[in-house]
Amino acid sequence: MSNETISLDQLTGWLTRFHDLVTEQVSYLTELDSAIGDADHGSNMTRGMGAVVEKIQASPAGAIDELFKGAGMTLVTSVGGASGPLYGTFFLRIGATAGPVGTLDAPGLASALRAGLDGVVARGKAEAGDKTMFDVLAPALEAFDAALVDSLDIPSAACAAYSAAQTGRDATEALLARKGRASYLGERSIGHIDPGAASTSLLFQALAETLGQE
Amino acid sequence: MKVNQEVSEMKKLINSAETVLADSLAGVAAAHPDLHVDHVNRIIFRATPKAAGKVALLSGGGTGHEPLHGGFVGEGMLDAACAGAIFTSPTPDQMLEATKVADRGAGVLHIVKNYTGDVMNFEIGAELAAEETGITVAVVVVNDDVAVEDSSFTAGRRGVGTTVLLEKIAGAAAEEGRDLAAVAAVAQKVNESGRSMGVALTSCTVPSAGKPTFDLPEDEMEIGVGIHGEPGRRRVPLAGAAEVARQLVEPILADLDFTGAPTIVMLNGLGGTPLIELYVMYAEVRKILDAAGITVARSLVGNYITALDMAGCSVTILKADDDLLHLWDAPVNTAGLRWGI
Repeated sequence: MSNETISLDQLTGWLTRFHDLVTEQVSYLTELDSAIGDADHGSNMTRGMGAVVEKIQASPAGAIDELFKGAGMTLVTSVGGASGPLYGTFFLRIGATAGPVGTLDAPGLASALRAGLDGVVARGKAEAGDKTMFDVLAPALEAFDAALVDSLDIPSAACAAYSAAQTGRDATEALLARKGRASYLGERSIGHIDPGAASTSLLFQALAETLGQE
Repeated sequence: MKVNQEVSEMKKLINSAETVLADSLAGVAAAHPDLHVDHVNRIIFRATPKAAGKVALLSGGGTGHEPLHGGFVGEGMLDAACAGAIFTSPTPDQMLEATKVADRGAGVLHIVKNYTGDVMNFEIGAELAAEETGITVAVVVVNDDVAVEDSSFTAGRRGVGTTVLLEKIAGAAAEEGRDLAAVAAVAQKVNESGRSMGVALTSCTVPSAGKPTFDLPEDEMEIGVGIHGEPGRRRVPLAGAAEVARQLVEPILADLDFTGAPTIVMLNGLGGTPLIELYVMYAEVRKILDAAGITVARSLVGNYITALDMAGCSVTILKADDDLLHLWDAPVNTAGLRWGI
C-alpha cells in the first residue's frame, strides 16, 4: 500500500487505536483533570471513544465521511462536557471535508484535518496559548503540513505531527489557562499539563502508531 | 478486587459508580408521581404539562448538584431538566428531545449555567432544534460567581446560586402567561442582579474518580470554590463563621450596589454541611448586610445547588424589585421548593 494515501481501514484503525490509548491512559487523564478541572476527562473520553468503537464494530462505515460523521455524532451525543462537542466537531468536519471516498491522498488528509481544527476553533473559540487542545492540534497539523512539503509520505508526516503534539502538550504546563474550567484557577493553573492537550497528543500518537504498523 | 476497593475508599451509598445517575433517576421517578422521567434520554418532565400557549422552561447540567435541576421541575418552575453524567454537561440530543416535548407552542427558554461544556452542548442542542423543528428557543446564560474575575481572557464567571432564584422567578413569569421575550427578559434581569460566592471546607468525591478531587488540609478552607470541586482562587486558614461570612459577603457587595432595593438572600449548603451550620452562617451574613444598610426582603436557607458531598456553603444576593418579589412569592410546587400551594 502506498504511503501517499490513507485508506478507510487505516482511518478506522486510527480511531480504534485512539480508544485503546485513552483507555490505557484513563487514570493519567483523570489525574491531570483533577489538578485543574473536574476529574472527568479520562472517563468521558473512554466512554465516548468506547461508543465510537462499538458503533464501528456493529456497522462498519462504507466511506470515510460516514466513518467520521458517525464518530463525531457519537461523541457529541455520548460524552457531554466540553470534550464531546470539541472532539465531535473535529471529527464531523473531517468527515464533511473528506467526502464519500474510500481513500485520501496526503493533501486530502491534510485539508480534512485542517477543517477539523477550524471546527474546534469555531466551537471553542480558543486561541494559541490558551492552554487547551488547540495548543496541541495546531502545532501538530503545522508539523504535518510542513512534513508533506518535503515528501508526501503520510506515516512520516504523522510521526512529525506526533512529535510536535508531545512538545505542544508539554508546553501547556507553563501556560496560564484562559479557556474552560481551568481558567477559573488563574495563576494556579500554571504548572499542570492541560488534560485536553494530553488526550489530543494521544490522538496523534494513535495516528503515528496505526500507520507505523502497516 | 478493584471494585470493592474503590467502594470502600469513598464510602458512598451507591450500587456502582457507573449506575449512580440511572439509579438516582429511578428513585426520582418512584418518589415523585407528579414527575415523568424519560430514563432513556435522562430527562425529567412534569407528569402533567402546563397549559398550551405558555412558555416552557428547560434547564439541565451535570448531576451532583441536587436538587438542581430536576428537583425544580414542576408547577411554577421548570418544565424539563436534562441530566448529564456527574459534573458533566448533558448532550445536545437530550436538549433537542426535551425542547420538543416541553414546548407548549409559545417557545422554550433554555437556562444554561456558564461552563464551557454546558454552553457548547446547549448551543448545539439549540442549533438542532432550529434545524429540525420550528420551535423558538431563547437562551439565558447564568454567570453570577464573583470568585471568578470577569475577563474576555477567561471562560467568564460561573453559573452558581443565582440559577436557583432565576428558575423560580422566570418559572413564575412563564406560569403567569408572559411571552417568551418577557420571560427571557425577567431571567436576564435576575442574572444581571444576582451575585454569589462560595467556600469549601472539604473537597467532594466524584464516584467515577473514587477519591477526593482536591486535598484540603484540616485547618484550611478554599474561598471562591466552584460547584464541581474545582479549586477556588484562595486557600486560607479555617476561621469562625463570622469571619467566613465576611470573606463571602464582602466581594459580593464590592461587585454590585445592593442598597436602595429589596434583596433576596440565599444561604446555600454545598451538600456536606448540616443545616444548623447554614443557619449559623446565615445569622452572620445578616449582621453584615444589616450593618451595610441592605434590606433583606426574602431569605432561603438550605441545600439547593450542591457539589456532591462537599462541606461548605455559598451566599447569593439578588437585587430585586416589586415585580421580582411578586414572582418569587408566586406558588411553586416542586420536589426542591414548595410554597403557596
